[in-house]
Amino acid sequence: MNAAEIARDVSARRVSAAEVTAATLARVQAVDGDVGAYLTLLGEIARSSAARVDERIAAGEHLALAGVPIALKDNMCLEGARTTCASKILEHWIAPYTATAVARLLEAGAIPIGKANCDEFAMGSSCENSALGVTRNPYDLARVPGGSSGGSAAAVAAGEAAIGLGSDTGGSIREPAAFCNLVGFKPTYGRVSRYGLIAFASSLDQIGPLARSVEDAALAYDIMAGYDPMDATSLDRPVERTADSLRADLAGLRVGIVREFDTKALGERSDALYREAYRDLERLGAELVDVSLPTADYGLATYYLIAPAECSSNLARFDGVRYGLRVEGADVRAMYDNTRAAGFGPEVKRRILIGTHALSSGYYDAYYVRAQKARTLIARDFERAFAQCDLIACPAASCPAFVFAAKSDPYSMYLMDYYTIPMSLAGLPALSVPCGWTVPEGGNLPLPIGLQLCAPLFGEKLLLGAAAAYERATNHALAHPAQIGTVPA
Amino acid sequence: MTPDTIDIRYVATLARIALSDDEIERFSKELGELLGHVRALQELDTASVPATAQVVESRNVLREDVERPCLDREVVLDGAPQRQGGFFRVPRIIAE
Amino acid sequence: MNRAWEPVIGIECHVELKTATKMFCGCRNEFGGEPNTKTCPVCLGMPGALPVPNAKAIEQIVRTGLAFGAEIPAFSKFDRKNYFYPDMPKDYQISQYDMPLTVGGIVKYWLEDGTMKQCRLTRIHLEEDTGKSTHAGSGDGRIAGSSYSLLDFNRAGVPLMECVSEPELHSARDAVAYLESLRRTLLALEVSDVKMEEGSLRCDANVSVRVAGTTELGTKSEIKNMNSFRSVERAIASEIARQIEVLDSGGRVVQETRGWDELHGVTHPMRSKEEAHDYRYFPDPDLVPLAIARNDVERWKEKLPTLPCERFERYTGEYGLSVNAAAQLIDNIPLARYFDEVVARSENPQQSSNFVLGELSRLANETGVAVGDSNVTVEHLAELVALVQSKRINSKIAKELLARMWEGGGSPNAIVEREGLAQTSDPSAVERFVDEVLAANAAVVADYKAGKTNVLGFLVGQVMKASRGKADPALANELVKKKLSS
Ligand SMILES: [Mg+2]
Ligand SMILES: [Zn+2]
Repeated sequence: MNAAEIARDVSARRVSAAEVTAATLARVQAVDGDVGAYLTLLGEIARSSAARVDERIAAGEHLALAGVPIALKDNMCLEGARTTCASKILEHWIAPYTATAVARLLEAGAIPIGKANCDEFAMGSSCENSALGVTRNPYDLARVPGGSSGGSAAAVAAGEAAIGLGSDTGGSIREPAAFCNLVGFKPTYGRVSRYGLIAFASSLDQIGPLARSVEDAALAYDIMAGYDPMDATSLDRPVERTADSLRADLAGLRVGIVREFDTKALGERSDALYREAYRDLERLGAELVDVSLPTADYGLATYYLIAPAECSSNLARFDGVRYGLRVEGADVRAMYDNTRAAGFGPEVKRRILIGTHALSSGYYDAYYVRAQKARTLIARDFERAFAQCDLIACPAASCPAFVFAAKSDPYSMYLMDYYTIPMSLAGLPALSVPCGWTVPEGGNLPLPIGLQLCAPLFGEKLLLGAAAAYERATNHALAHPAQIGTVPA
Repeated sequence: MTPDTIDIRYVATLARIALSDDEIERFSKELGELLGHVRALQELDTASVPATAQVVESRNVLREDVERPCLDREVVLDGAPQRQGGFFRVPRIIAE
Repeated sequence: MNRAWEPVIGIECHVELKTATKMFCGCRNEFGGEPNTKTCPVCLGMPGALPVPNAKAIEQIVRTGLAFGAEIPAFSKFDRKNYFYPDMPKDYQISQYDMPLTVGGIVKYWLEDGTMKQCRLTRIHLEEDTGKSTHAGSGDGRIAGSSYSLLDFNRAGVPLMECVSEPELHSARDAVAYLESLRRTLLALEVSDVKMEEGSLRCDANVSVRVAGTTELGTKSEIKNMNSFRSVERAIASEIARQIEVLDSGGRVVQETRGWDELHGVTHPMRSKEEAHDYRYFPDPDLVPLAIARNDVERWKEKLPTLPCERFERYTGEYGLSVNAAAQLIDNIPLARYFDEVVARSENPQQSSNFVLGELSRLANETGVAVGDSNVTVEHLAELVALVQSKRINSKIAKELLARMWEGGGSPNAIVEREGLAQTSDPSAVERFVDEVLAANAAVVADYKAGKTNVLGFLVGQVMKASRGKADPALANELVKKKLSS
């Protein structure tokens, strides 16, 4: 069931939050052995939250997310709950406070079902970098759910939550949404507070929803968005409600198709699907315009300097002194070296090392500063493009969900985010919406792919509105084949 | 040192990560390759381009000098790898 | 070969700001207390916690810069200084690298003989303090030989001002005088307690020497671990002597960090430059840039308090007070303010300072009541100064009057009027007292005439006593002398 429907039913007392929670926990019991979406189940917290929601409903309160079961990516703090970032270094850490975005959802009546698996410290595009568990794609258990918010995506796709909370640094919401047939939305940088989101790359990280419909994503976003005095980078500017502004058509909108993003490279079937998607946008009344992002091709290089540089500093605090794993050593220095050697997985180490290098004396200007300048150029490209169009449409990922261990070379994994990274660098709001099914070469099950839509800064209302029109007209999310993997939908 | 090489040992020392010989070899190779990809940025003419540290322009986001509740010390120390009384405890510090 | 050497010293100070809360979180900023009771996710560097800067701390730094005539750039930002240390929760320090809050400025200071000198500032920037480590298992609390350390993060995140001087000081005494002036100014600005013993002022000195008359800087060493102004002076003097000895014996000074050993009175090497850190500074992506509003700057500038050096120059120049008297007043800011107000009314700085630093300060010490809080208002003290100046009362009566004013307040004019305490300057009246006293002390008068002129004071004293203190002492003196020699 969709989040909006649950909230309506619980608010109207047709069903209680406690019943929804019990049903969701039962669903988790039934399927999570196969899917592996959760690292920690919050059974007790979920039940007591539900009881509280039912009391508040009974007392006449209006709760926008009454009884909506949600999955929290395990890089978000929830007081009293284990919060691991899917890393050995935080495997047993209990957060002593709650992230602002999470607190706002809970205050609005959402029920936290569990902490969802992800790539370690949100670094990855498949969930395979988790040190604590394996998550499978509900549409084909032999394949990855995408990442880094793969657990949240899988939980929603498998019916183990109505909304998944993810974080997107270079595509970590949009890519798993595409892989799991969901709407995945990354708001404008600064729209949603990062307080309590365990940082990967501070200037890029942004929390957003993964949901079965645009309406659900909008509902969650409306609750989370807005200035938080605990996050100096959260934006103190008015937030327009989006859930009421979902459109029926795209009349009068100009949609930019990026000249440099040639979908032929994605294979015949995907190419056909994206062309069809662009035609669908046109059928809905949009005017398609050719736009150019000449520096988008430098996005990956820029991102793989800036994000690691920030992460090398952000992850310094995991040192075995105040919390988390400690591996003893003869002195503090040895303790640091041992703790971090044992606590971090290979991808996290890779990024810390490259980031440390990019910031180190003698390399700072050549790498870090140059990447920051390239970031300026990429943002300017988008500004120019948005002078000619209202939205940009392009693929959300380079391919559909792949089988485990298919991308063993780090750079081939990095290429997964080719289409999502430029928007992240420019801070733009962007989402992935289901746009069709394809049976990949060598596979036998149909897999979803996602269309990415992107708006100018603060264009959330237009973005979600347009996505809703496309979703309603195409219904790809609902039109999936009846038999999906081993997990009934 | 050429732009595409990386002194993994030095960087690992700065980052405080003990690396095995295998890791040193593997990361040197992988990160050297990544730096090769990143080298493409040198093609861009950035001479007159300002650096972007924060993509959304915002200034002076401050807080008033007003007290807020602290954490309960027991909660804090319960999560510590090692404590002694009200303190966190660490192995000996060698002055650097 | 004995060349003349000129020492060159630069001072770097870290000063804890006196705000209600820490730099980036709402935990109380307070010295001491039970360990780890003033901490939160932010100042403990918990995963996911974010810093938000304290507006007051920024204001305090800018005001300090303005007090020294520094430039306040339109744009400033926070950077991360990356290095691992157990008392630093995030393993990076939020600091300012290339865009500090204030640039330049001048610290004026004075030497004991009253000479005014000055030293330029490079910059003042804002950063966060670290926690505190206690080194245990060695018995003496020192890091060397300790087997483990205990950490308290109450101090972690306290706002810290780093104030860097140009290398323009040329003796240990100058360095201390500079520090004294800095300390006094920060106290006047009410931005810090500046207590070295509590660690709210910590300083390092960069010391080098060069051949006198040359301009190129010699190789410097950085001296740490100085815990008092006295140890700053001793450490710098000892380091200068050490470097001169090295150079005189044909050696070379190496660039290094040296620690001051208070016990043995020497500096010893801590680490050499080769091991210097690679701090990997970069702009903190958790914080947004600062653009200090020009109207704030103007407003703060207008509201700056009177600064110690301004006072010093006025007191020792225009007012003609001694260096010592000026310093005494300046080091007690409320007293100096009180004094300024009295002078504004009395226009007699010398007499006003006599009262304020003499009798009033004595009474204040005795009673534990500050002069400014006492019953003696500035108006009344100015009246008293005027009474003395016009010779309506003498200093003895003034002292009595002051005691009564301290006790119960009131206008000295009114008291003098009411009780007829005005000085008797009428020669015929004083003459009557003189005659009386000389008659009653014939033996003393004989002594005087026999050459024991030192009895004069006794006789004048008797006249004063007979007049119940009201006689004009100068007149009494004159008349006694006149009568004795007639
Ligand atoms: Mg400093
Ligand atoms: Zn705090």
